[in-house]
Amino acid sequence: MSTESVAVKAQQALKVHQTLWDISVPGRSGVRLPDSDVPTQPMPDAALLRSELPLPELSELDVVRHFTRLSQKNFSVDTNFYPLGSCTMKYNPKINDVIASMPGFSGIHPLQPESTVQGALELMYNLQGILQEITGMPASTLAPLAGAHGELSGVLMIRAYHERNGNPERKVMLIPDSAHGTNPASASMAGFDVVTVPSDAQGNMDLKALEAVADDKLAGLMITLPSTIGLFDPGIVEVCEIVHKAGGLVYGDGANMNALLGRVKLNDLGFDVVHLNLHKTTSTPHGGGGPGAGPICVGEKLIPFMPSPVVERHGEDEQTNFKLTSPPNTIGTLSAGHGNFGVLVRSYAYLRALGIDGLRQASGDAVLNANYLLKRLQHLYYLPYDRMCMHEVVFSGRWQKAQGVKALDISKRLIDYGVHPPTMYFPMIVEEALMIEPTETESKETLDVFVAAMETIAEESSQTPEVLTEAPHHTPVGRLDEARASRQPNVRWRPLETQQS
Amino acid sequence: MTESFPHSYFPHTESQRREMLAVVGVDSVDALFADIPQQFRNPDFVLPPALTELELGRELGALARKNAVPGEYASFLGAGVYRHFIPSVVPAMISRGEFLTSYTPYQPEVSQGTLQATYEFQSLICLLTGMEAANAGMYDGASAMAEAALMACRVTDRDRVLVLDTVNPRYRAVLDTYLLPQGITITTVAPDKVSVNDTTACVLAQYPNFNGGIEALGDLADSAHQVGALLAVSANPVALGMFKAPGDCGADIVTGETQPVGVSMSFGGPFVGYFTCKNDYIRQMPGRIVGRTVDHDDRIGYVLTLQTREQHIRRERATSNICTSEALIATGTAVCLAALGPGGLRQMAELSYQKAHYAATVIGAISGYEVLNDGTWFHEFVVKCPKPPNETTQGLLERGIIGGLDISSSVPNGMLFCVTEMNTRSEIDALAEALGQIAKAV
Repeated sequence: MSTESVAVKAQQALKVHQTLWDISVPGRSGVRLPDSDVPTQPMPDAALLRSELPLPELSELDVVRHFTRLSQKNFSVDTNFYPLGSCTMKYNPKINDVIASMPGFSGIHPLQPESTVQGALELMYNLQGILQEITGMPASTLAPLAGAHGELSGVLMIRAYHERNGNPERKVMLIPDSAHGTNPASASMAGFDVVTVPSDAQGNMDLKALEAVADDKLAGLMITLPSTIGLFDPGIVEVCEIVHKAGGLVYGDGANMNALLGRVKLNDLGFDVVHLNLHKTTSTPHGGGGPGAGPICVGEKLIPFMPSPVVERHGEDEQTNFKLTSPPNTIGTLSAGHGNFGVLVRSYAYLRALGIDGLRQASGDAVLNANYLLKRLQHLYYLPYDRMCMHEVVFSGRWQKAQGVKALDISKRLIDYGVHPPTMYFPMIVEEALMIEPTETESKETLDVFVAAMETIAEESSQTPEVLTEAPHHTPVGRLDEARASRQPNVRWRPLETQQS
Repeated sequence: MTESFPHSYFPHTESQRREMLAVVGVDSVDALFADIPQQFRNPDFVLPPALTELELGRELGALARKNAVPGEYASFLGAGVYRHFIPSVVPAMISRGEFLTSYTPYQPEVSQGTLQATYEFQSLICLLTGMEAANAGMYDGASAMAEAALMACRVTDRDRVLVLDTVNPRYRAVLDTYLLPQGITITTVAPDKVSVNDTTACVLAQYPNFNGGIEALGDLADSAHQVGALLAVSANPVALGMFKAPGDCGADIVTGETQPVGVSMSFGGPFVGYFTCKNDYIRQMPGRIVGRTVDHDDRIGYVLTLQTREQHIRRERATSNICTSEALIATGTAVCLAALGPGGLRQMAELSYQKAHYAATVIGAISGYEVLNDGTWFHEFVVKCPKPPNETTQGLLERGIIGGLDISSSVPNGMLFCVTEMNTRSEIDALAEALGQIAKAV
């Protein structure tokens, strides 16, 4: 091979990313284990054993280089501004990972005798206490493993409450038209009929429409505060009163709690149960789509129905011990463990690092940053709800759409400027929605660069729209053929001779 | 109240805040919260005082040290969560900020790392289980089994599921939570008493089962298929390093907990449930799925696919409500399987098998102890002890050993022991000696 073709080949190898199977060489291994130190035991009948185990074979460096190069194809909070609305992509403090990796936390087994895991249980108990104080709710459980898992537990508790009170016919769960898709999906899994409630022109809940559907079939309402449009509904107390008057309960989706830390207690407003997304509000790393944690904090009426476990404290001083317990009318367990403990440790560390003054600063700066972007960009992008926002601002790309440029194109062009796109096309009630959540950990300098990029894009939209519709221009791959992915699903590697396409 | 709180997590200086407030047109940060009804705004919060990073490490380190750590103690606890060797490449790769601090790959052009790693996770899991299609992962093994049952009901349009009584009771409990609200009937039966009919959606089995035993999956598949029902199996991925793949025994859905492969026990989470099925059922799967496709220049790339099944599009008619799952843990599992390769995984499985069978032999030889497993089993076994398990557990702890799980509620004086490649012969011999002493103690 000529020198030139060697160089070209090397360049291509870097560009076109190979799979584990492309670099596999039979006979290699990335791990060596010690030989057996026990007398040889008879093996099972060969008919029960597998004859082949077709996994790739790599050296340790092969593995490291493969996954390191893969990682470099991601945008992340550690590398880029990531204003993905509704997801609260704030800085994830490194000390939290260090603490969660301590052997006393990462190495313990969930079924060890309770006397041997008192430190872990104490941490969980303390975290329950802090979450209860933040929400004002009298009880909580850390069991749900993600936000939607918390939603499912919450609505199952509402169902159990009505059944216990002799009202099994209460089967209607009201959900605003701006809600996350998880809300109706969770309600449906809990056996409820979903009824959608419209928002008014200000983005608040339409109280008249709510009253009209709040009847004796009502089980409850699932509502996000601030809403998915990033707005605090000033009528929230009336909303809760209408639901309660009709005999229903109010579920609070805490996805947007980052706006409210240290500012208001949801219990005071009338919520009966809320979940918190610890990976959002309390800065635990999102991991490319989890792990998360979705603890629920509950009001008096629902305490007996909480999923288990709940950590309780018994005794005083030297005699103190912590126990995993099950509420009397529990809806049951949600997983085989006690919650995503590694996430809970990080969350607890974050909350202890900030204290109440720090949490107030977090919500204050998060809301300040969103409003700063609102004011700086309002003249270039249509703002469907022209009022002060909370931690995120939702623009509409309708002015650009008139120039032949979609919200999608604006998003893809942002990639060329080194910014992860905002959440697009959600909430569904906003045409060409662009939902921007800067979070409190982003500096004014970063926000100003983002504003400059959005200004440039607005200009490009009118002058050179094709630059946007063909964006991004500098990524390892361009826009991918999603229709083909769906039409001919290829969801796994196959040996060459059996590959269909 | 309006005094700002300097912290390393917050970049704004006071003068920058004033500058930004001027742009917004309000005179204080508090004024941004005017939509919150006055009487509920700014209540008192009582939280512990803020800690510096130095203090945080010290205080939480003290909590961590209150726990007894397997490894420092010889441990024989399993029952669904297992202590196996985790190669250093696993934490090294998944602690990279680019994997750790990104989110769900909605924007494929800047998420190819997560997407390809997930595609490789799906591929590795398919090869391991002998199945045709896999998703990007569920919360854990138990919820994955529950979602498998829900999917079987959708596929067959039936609402009755049969669960073997050899399934992990903690998994069995999660089935109740997920299935009963949807009006599904759950019947629990012994493996040799399986009775199915044309209302049965699926048979749910575990492989190896809770007691370590290898179920006759082929027979179960035949019974289920005769009446148009599915066989859904929850399988331990390390056991699949040596035992026949469930897909090769006729299983229609195979799920499980990947924790044994590269995931620290971490007091029970975060883990990741894997989920596989036959190609025919792929559009009924819950959760995210990554697919391979091309861009306009025919370059290979990966995207989230078949999204019309999911909650953000289908809402109350979605196949599941699952959104954020356990992507990072799935990536860790992929890294671990890639490092182990076929040789490493097989060796891990065989070492666990060998050592567990050695342990059962020496424990069974102690007067008063009886090993109840018969037939073929993997790395867990049930022991009927002469003393109640709580006494045995305490006696072992005093000797620096974390014993097996107390299962006396189902087996009188029963304990479930687990042995893996992490246990040395000297630990096993020390366990046997301790059990002998405990039996004799008055």
